[in-house]
Amino acid sequence: MTFLGLYYYWVYVFVLVVGLYAVLVKGNYVKRMIGLGIFQGAVFLLFITMDKVEGGTGPIFVTPPEPGDLFANPLPQVLILTAIVVGISVTALGLALSIRIKEEYGTIEEAETAEMDRQA
Amino acid sequence: MSLVDHLPILVVLVPMFAAPLLAAVPSRGRLPWAIATLVSLLTFVVAVLITAQVLDSGTLHYELGGWPVPFGIGLAIGPLSALMLLVITGASLLALLWGPSSMDSEVGPEHQSLLYASWLLALCGLAGIAVTDDAFNIFVFMEISSLASYVMVAAGPNRQALTATFKYLIAGTVGATFYLIGVGYLYMMTGTLNLTDMAARLADVSSTPPVLMASGFILLGLALKAALFPMHAWMPDAYRFAPTPVAVFLAACSTKVALFVLIRFDFLVLHAATARARGHARPGAAAAERGRDAGRLRHGHLRARPQAHARLFVGGPDRLHPAGGQPGERRRSDGRIVHLFNHALIKGALFMAVGTLALRTGSSSLDDLAGIGKVHAADHPRFLPRRVVADRRAADRRLRQQVVLITAVLEHGWWAGCCCW
Repeated sequence: MTFLGLYYYWVYVFVLVVGLYAVLVKGNYVKRMIGLGIFQGAVFLLFITMDKVEGGTGPIFVTPPEPGDLFANPLPQVLILTAIVVGISVTALGLALSIRIKEEYGTIEEAETAEMDRQA
Repeated sequence: MSLVDHLPILVVLVPMFAAPLLAAVPSRGRLPWAIATLVSLLTFVVAVLITAQVLDSGTLHYELGGWPVPFGIGLAIGPLSALMLLVITGASLLALLWGPSSMDSEVGPEHQSLLYASWLLALCGLAGIAVTDDAFNIFVFMEISSLASYVMVAAGPNRQALTATFKYLIAGTVGATFYLIGVGYLYMMTGTLNLTDMAARLADVSSTPPVLMASGFILLGLALKAALFPMHAWMPDAYRFAPTPVAVFLAACSTKVALFVLIRFDFLVLHAATARARGHARPGAAAAERGRDAGRLRHGHLRARPQAHARLFVGGPDRLHPAGGQPGERRRSDGRIVHLFNHALIKGALFMAVGTLALRTGSSSLDDLAGIGKVHAADHPRFLPRRVVADRRAADRRLRQQVVLITAVLEHGWWAGCCCW
């Protein structure tokens, strides 16, 4: 059944929305970064899912592939390798920012920092 | 091949390689600033040379690593990209030339070489977006420039800069990720990442659900990046708390670059494809449109930004209706591009003027600045004309822009959208 056969895409959409929910709703800076990580992870899953060819093997060959050999498309995997690096940089920067915010404000709750900013 | 053949990639490589070198330079006096300015000047010169070549012989194509284009990453610089390059490198150079004393007053000397290194990385990313013809490459350059911008904004003198940066980081990353999802769907349907190639292949699949989803995601993602009206919450704080020279640089060009990508997708990829699919076959429409831009810019159809925004904002759904390809549309698109350029100048200049006042008086709050015209009469005329130009137009157009947007939303019956505001 196609509807259930595409379950990878359902998982992708579910994980995406969970991540987005955390990013938008949570008030803790670290939790929002975790949400951002989940959100980006979902997109990685989308790309990795689309490169799969039914009945194909991984795109690694010891001898050059014969015509007719089925294998997954390596390009999206390479793209996602790059996107993972980007994602890690964003996470690192976001967490570093959280540390700086903790140093300056003494809290990583957005409601509290916003309150302090209002009073300033 | 001589060096001249490699100009399109040099504009990216020069700041990219200068950045880590600059980070290693000891932060003493004006040395980091001098290096950054020199590199920026060099990039600007390269951009001018590229523009001369483009005006002389049309769109420049360049294949990275010698891989032929649909397989490798290709760069393509048309008149529009060349204009963007000039705006980006010019804004960087002017902001740096204007900025050193303002920067000294806001950022400690020990951090300056790292800050200028981030500046060059941002310059590299923005220039990369302007020159590349590869959808995924745009994502990577977008993230390079954004990450560098977050670092620069966070360097602002107040602690509010940190919370503002966090907001900026969340909005920027979500925007970029939405864009990436859109690119993923387009890749699924076309099997290519090269924009020119993609436009051609989209003709066969233009009204399939993934392509419609892709245009929605790309519109949403880039609108977040460009801070289009309902998605602009991150912007005021980010620019307000950033060091002033950084605000000058970013305000002048970083959101413009996102709009530029949106224009490319809107007209050159998705629109060209749907137009062809509808049977209004215009062979080479994309190339022709690019070619005409330069000529049309000179006639100066100056149209308002609100319209630009409104058109871009409703651009997605509009494309689905047959009303898409009216003759007026091209005129509007020219006006939009001219306005992008003017707006970059006006906004950059305004931030400089405010920065100058803040440097003289130690505050940029309007209350503290009351009576400034009498004390610093010399600065006043510098401020006034641009203020008049920007303020009178901006204030009343910003209002109209929002009215236009809200009317558009109501006409389409998107009540859910209204509730968000």
